[in-house]
Amino acid sequence: MKTLRRQSALRWLRANLFSSVFNASLTLVALYLLLRAAIAVVRWGLVDAVWSAPDGRACLAASQGAGACWAFIGVWHRFILFGRYPYDEQWRPLLVVVICIAVLLASCRRALWGRRLAALWLGGLIASGVLMAGGVFGLAPVPSDLWNGLPLTLMLSVLGLAAAFPLSIALALARRSSLPAVRALAVGYIEIVRGVPLVTVLFMATVMLPLFLPAGVTLNKLACAQAGLILFYAAYLAEVVRGGLQAIPAGQYEAADALGLGYWRRTRLVILPQALSIAIPPLVNTFIAAFKDTTLVTIVGLFDLIATAGNAITDPAWRGFFAEAYVFVGAIYFVFCGFMSRYSGELERGRGEP
Amino acid sequence: MAGQRRRSRHELRPGAIAIQAAVLAIVLLLGTYLVHNTLVNMARQGIATGFGYLGREAAFEIGETLIPYSPADSYGRALLVGLLNTLQVAIIGIVVSTVLGTLIGIARLSGNWLVRKLAWAYVEILRNVPLLLQLIVWWDLLRVAAPPPRAAWQILPHIFVSNRGLVFPTLIWSPVYLWMGVALMAALAAARIVARGKKRAAALALILPLALFLLAGAPLAWEVPELQGFNFSGGHTLSPELAALLVGLIVYTAAFIAEIVRSGIEGVSRGQSEAAAALGLNRRQALRLVILPQALRIVIPPLIGEYLALTKNSSLAIAIGYPDLTAITYTTLNQTGQAVEAIALMMAIYLALSLATSLIMNWYNARVALVER
Repeated sequence: MKTLRRQSALRWLRANLFSSVFNASLTLVALYLLLRAAIAVVRWGLVDAVWSAPDGRACLAASQGAGACWAFIGVWHRFILFGRYPYDEQWRPLLVVVICIAVLLASCRRALWGRRLAALWLGGLIASGVLMAGGVFGLAPVPSDLWNGLPLTLMLSVLGLAAAFPLSIALALARRSSLPAVRALAVGYIEIVRGVPLVTVLFMATVMLPLFLPAGVTLNKLACAQAGLILFYAAYLAEVVRGGLQAIPAGQYEAADALGLGYWRRTRLVILPQALSIAIPPLVNTFIAAFKDTTLVTIVGLFDLIATAGNAITDPAWRGFFAEAYVFVGAIYFVFCGFMSRYSGELERGRGEP
Repeated sequence: MAGQRRRSRHELRPGAIAIQAAVLAIVLLLGTYLVHNTLVNMARQGIATGFGYLGREAAFEIGETLIPYSPADSYGRALLVGLLNTLQVAIIGIVVSTVLGTLIGIARLSGNWLVRKLAWAYVEILRNVPLLLQLIVWWDLLRVAAPPPRAAWQILPHIFVSNRGLVFPTLIWSPVYLWMGVALMAALAAARIVARGKKRAAALALILPLALFLLAGAPLAWEVPELQGFNFSGGHTLSPELAALLVGLIVYTAAFIAEIVRSGIEGVSRGQSEAAAALGLNRRQALRLVILPQALRIVIPPLIGEYLALTKNSSLAIAIGYPDLTAITYTTLNQTGQAVEAIALMMAIYLALSLATSLIMNWYNARVALVER
């Protein structure tokens, strides 16, 4: 039994790693590079790392510049996560993060899809807004320029997607419409937005949008950027929804017509439910891209995770621990995006049903 | 067919015209309202209108330019400098990320387990971390972590990385190269006219320039970077900003291209590789002669999307201080206050770039697409 297992292990090695001279040398080179990289990472991140220190100088002295200074994260993680939100009130953004994650996790359960999920998103968003802003239920009011870090990222992407989704369905239906004027407007909007970078849309939203408003009406930067994100996401989601609509066979339209359903009832009861469920895996992929794109609000001066981390590493006492800060932030994004892409992969393979 | 039938019926309906008129009226009214507000607001803030600012003196420095530029030049020329910088990044990025992405995509399907897993890890990590974060890390790596030129890292012979950027050797120009190019063009043109004996023409295209090169005494001279005082002289230097932008964009986009290439290769039916094996082709021959040409057809449409994304993502240059189209526009609108014109112009240029890229790629796609009867 034992020899059999050893033989099969050897056979596996030969088939998968040493099947030819070329393959064997490839394996050895890859193994060498991997080992060197792994040793360097383990030494920097674990062996030579410093886990607690009073300030950056002491940390550098203790590690002699050879290892990571995780003490930096120990001191600064709350600032990176929540930014300038009042320190004693930071349980509120933490709760918002928990709510957003709970809403996202609930969205993965097929049993909840439909009206209940929409209600959950709406409830979660209202609760998040109340928690962040305060001013009611005895919560101290906090101005929106102090909403920083992870809750900002999550709220921008969750609210952005929630608002862009219905808009994108309208755009996709308009693009598939039989009315030429409606179709032309939708095509023009979608293609223009998809043809320009998000940075330019955010500039437009933060610089030009205030000019569009009537005198006396002002919007803060957060609302402007959120509006820009919604308009941007809508164009991309619309193309995904259109893909779902195109996959519906003509027989479905004809059957609905034969039942005497008008355009709106046909769309709402027959076409959309099927089109959306076809479009779900690519929708999740668009959600991932949107979540990553939210980082661009840093460029127009909002304080998301990248900006708070960038601020933390310029602190005089803790200057220059950029690797530690960005590994921390990168790991957060990796966990969120990795989870979503794994989920979309499972949906595509048809194992998403509970 | 069904769609057309529906359409004609709709157009006959009088309601359809009313709906369209209503939608158009709403959009027009909204547009007029926004334009009116904008004009009122701009008049109130004393902002000039029109594109006259493009001719005025820019009065700001640009760190990196491909054409001569000084602060005394106009905003229009500054914008051109930015556009050329964007184009440079986009073109280099597209070419290199295609090569790297194809290699990684093939590695994802390698028969070697370790290589396969390494390529998988590369794709998973790079795709799931935002590009902006990656760019900032590359930039900080070059600015902060990299040593001064005196202690520069030599990553390959004569290629150095320091906090002044990336330095590599350049080829010293010789007039023979021009004639080699002419010979190559002539051989290729001849191949088109003759239109048979493809192999012979290819050999001619290779031999003719090479013969010229040898006849001229093989003039191959490199300008190698040398450390002089506190910096390198000679060779070509990429600033930390440009190097970080290029490396970041290439490494990120390559992960997406790798997935496209992988699904393209997997999309070629298994029977094809079995048939190639039955013909006695080995794995590499089968890949080159049978699988890749067919995979190309599947790969091109999503590849167009990736190229467009790379061009648009190059606008993140503004976050790491590289003077691309977006960064120059931003400086311009801050100095002149003419946000509407500056942003509209920038968006129009990006739109034109996107359209041009998709036109070129669609033309190529039409050429390689399978002609079925």
